[in-house]
Amino acid sequence: MADYPLLTVSLSPHIKSGESVEKIMWTVVACLLPPLILSVFIFGVQTLIITAVSVASCVAVEAISQKLLHRPVTIKDGSAVITGLLMAYIIPPGVPYWIPILGAIMAVYVAKHLLGGIGFNIFNPALIGRAFLMATFPVAMTSAWLPPIRDLSIFKYMGSGVDAVSMATPLYVLKHYGSEALVEKFGSFGTMYIDFFLGWRPGCIGETSSFLLLLGGLFLIYKRYITWHIPASVIVSVGFFTWAFAGDTLFTGNPLLAILSGGVMLGAFFMATDYVTSPSQETAKIVFGVGVGALTVLIRIKGGYPEGVCYAILLMNPLVPALEGWFRPKRFAPLKGTQK
Amino acid sequence: MNESLLTFPKGGIHPPDEKELSQNCAVEVMPAPKEVEILLHQHFGAPCNPLVKKKDLIEEGDLIGKVEKGLGANLHASVSGTVKGIGFSAHPLSVKAPSILLETDPDAAPKSYSALPWEDLPSQQLLEKIKAAGIVGIGGAGFPTHVKLSPPPEAKVDTLILNGAECEPYLTTDQRLMVEHPEQVIEGAGIMLRILGIKECHVGIESNKPDAIEAMKKAVSENPDNGARILIDPVMVKYPQGSEKQLIESITKRRVPGFGLPFDVGVIVQNVGTAKAVYDAVVYEKPLYEKIVTISGRGINRPANLLVKIGTRLSDIVSYLGGIRPGLSKIVMGGPMMGFAVSTMDIPVTKTTSGVLFLTDAEINSKPHGQCIRCGWCLNVCPMGLSPNEIGIYVEAGRADETSRFGVFECFECGCCAYTCPAKRPLVQFIRLAKMKSKR
Repeated sequence: MADYPLLTVSLSPHIKSGESVEKIMWTVVACLLPPLILSVFIFGVQTLIITAVSVASCVAVEAISQKLLHRPVTIKDGSAVITGLLMAYIIPPGVPYWIPILGAIMAVYVAKHLLGGIGFNIFNPALIGRAFLMATFPVAMTSAWLPPIRDLSIFKYMGSGVDAVSMATPLYVLKHYGSEALVEKFGSFGTMYIDFFLGWRPGCIGETSSFLLLLGGLFLIYKRYITWHIPASVIVSVGFFTWAFAGDTLFTGNPLLAILSGGVMLGAFFMATDYVTSPSQETAKIVFGVGVGALTVLIRIKGGYPEGVCYAILLMNPLVPALEGWFRPKRFAPLKGTQK
Repeated sequence: MNESLLTFPKGGIHPPDEKELSQNCAVEVMPAPKEVEILLHQHFGAPCNPLVKKKDLIEEGDLIGKVEKGLGANLHASVSGTVKGIGFSAHPLSVKAPSILLETDPDAAPKSYSALPWEDLPSQQLLEKIKAAGIVGIGGAGFPTHVKLSPPPEAKVDTLILNGAECEPYLTTDQRLMVEHPEQVIEGAGIMLRILGIKECHVGIESNKPDAIEAMKKAVSENPDNGARILIDPVMVKYPQGSEKQLIESITKRRVPGFGLPFDVGVIVQNVGTAKAVYDAVVYEKPLYEKIVTISGRGINRPANLLVKIGTRLSDIVSYLGGIRPGLSKIVMGGPMMGFAVSTMDIPVTKTTSGVLFLTDAEINSKPHGQCIRCGWCLNVCPMGLSPNEIGIYVEAGRADETSRFGVFECFECGCCAYTCPAKRPLVQFIRLAKMKSKR
């Protein structure tokens, strides 16, 4: 008998595609980095520090949680890094540096690992982290906005009292003072569209550059890591519902401004598309996206907060199992008696 | 990719085809090994009863096994020599299976066959010849061909499809056959058309085999016209294009219903290799006891397309081809998507073996699987519109018996889901378990 090595025996298929969870996650991380780099030039270097603290604490909390729960430690898969990045991206640039640590514990330990780890969490961990911080540190989380830097003085806000320079976000101004005040503060609509598209407006660390977020999102679609269904339905429905209901009379709202402000772009491409907490069937994706868009606009118009993307996604997350049940893939040649 | 090519409407994947390893290797005849082990249970259906006993002298092509009751096919000696015993062989699926061990007589002359006219024989007699020769569908499960060619009278069959898609990566047996003996395949198709009493035949060939398409078209144009309409249909390169129901829908746009058979939509599908076997059986009265097998993968010294005797052990094939290469970690009988891994090289080739792949670590991905991240990619690639992700999660949770609502019994285990899964989940394995545990 010929000599041969011990053979692997397993069921078919015997070949697998080159894709892996790690590859997907690290690609998403790469797509998220350009907005972070730009945020240094918009809000100063402290955005880097806050993000680094957020990422490091999410990764550390993931490792500790998995040790505590006797599960294999999977920090290399990049999913905790994404949570850390996303959480940092949706907190204001002027918060104390230790704030993300508390958010990380809530996001990664409670919202992710206590519910079963990757694949089993009901809510988007990064959004839970932010919601927790909003509830526990409402002042820091709603007032630490900074006016954009326009002269490359990126160390401007380091160590300085944030309160002295705080500047309300466009959505806050719009909600409480109306569009005339908005124009007074941010210039004509034309200027606003360009500034907001590029990212020069007060807002959370990584949410302001619609342009770079769009680019990153389109790359993920090109790579087929996400599909167009959720981002498109979120953006279109935010635009539509704003146009329909956010103006003084029906159909007079400003959809473009609504899409370019707040966290719509970041939410649509990077948060509402989280595999675990969004549906996988195409029709369900569109329903989910429209739900996120509608709730966002509802919160913006009627809610207590000027921005609603975070809570809109969190409210849609628990509906995902139901959506998956309602919109099952169409079976090709169903056997009698088993169709459901 | 040419979008205008025929294909099935939903799902499918594009794995690297790896055919360059063997597609230009002309079929070579492997000399008969010292011994062959012929399994009594070669394929789908009932096992054969042996008709020989120890020390019997037999000649190549002799009938050595027969099915007494139920569905099955005759079994023939693949070499001339002596019956060494009736015992057990290693078997890829049932570990051990009854078999006839033949010792080859090295001096025996190869049997020769001469062509007989068949055009004037009645259908029934043609069918008898196919039955006598022990022909089975050599592309897949090995369904006896004479049974498949006798559809119930209420089935209105109007189309014969020859399956030359060969969508499994690595395999090149059908391609070589169509390049080297297209006229025999076409004549085999003609015989089957006669038996079925129909005129229309489509040959589905994936467009990555332009040489086969060319050769077959030429053979059709040179074939004496006896009223049959034989069309060569290039189909899109997309796995599982060669799956029976997918190929039928690609070519005829008819959908075989769940629990249905191809003749329910008026179609009968035969592999191109089966057509050649039918040709041999009818024209030469030569039984099916040797076949073309692709030996490929980066773990074998010399990839090849071999004409081997049925019953040849993998170890003999390996020594004939110069041994294995370092890094070999899996031996697969069949294609890499639907074949089965074996644990030993003592296993003999059967009538349905289309390939033996010697795969290295680099070719298989043996990373441990993770939790489902619900990316939904499996939903997009499943050609049957099932939800492999849900089935996997239910099975892991110990609720396999609740999965029939996700359509587990429609799954034909093509493996697109498990191929695509970024978490490398063994979805086909989960589905098989679900099939065992849930009731229809």
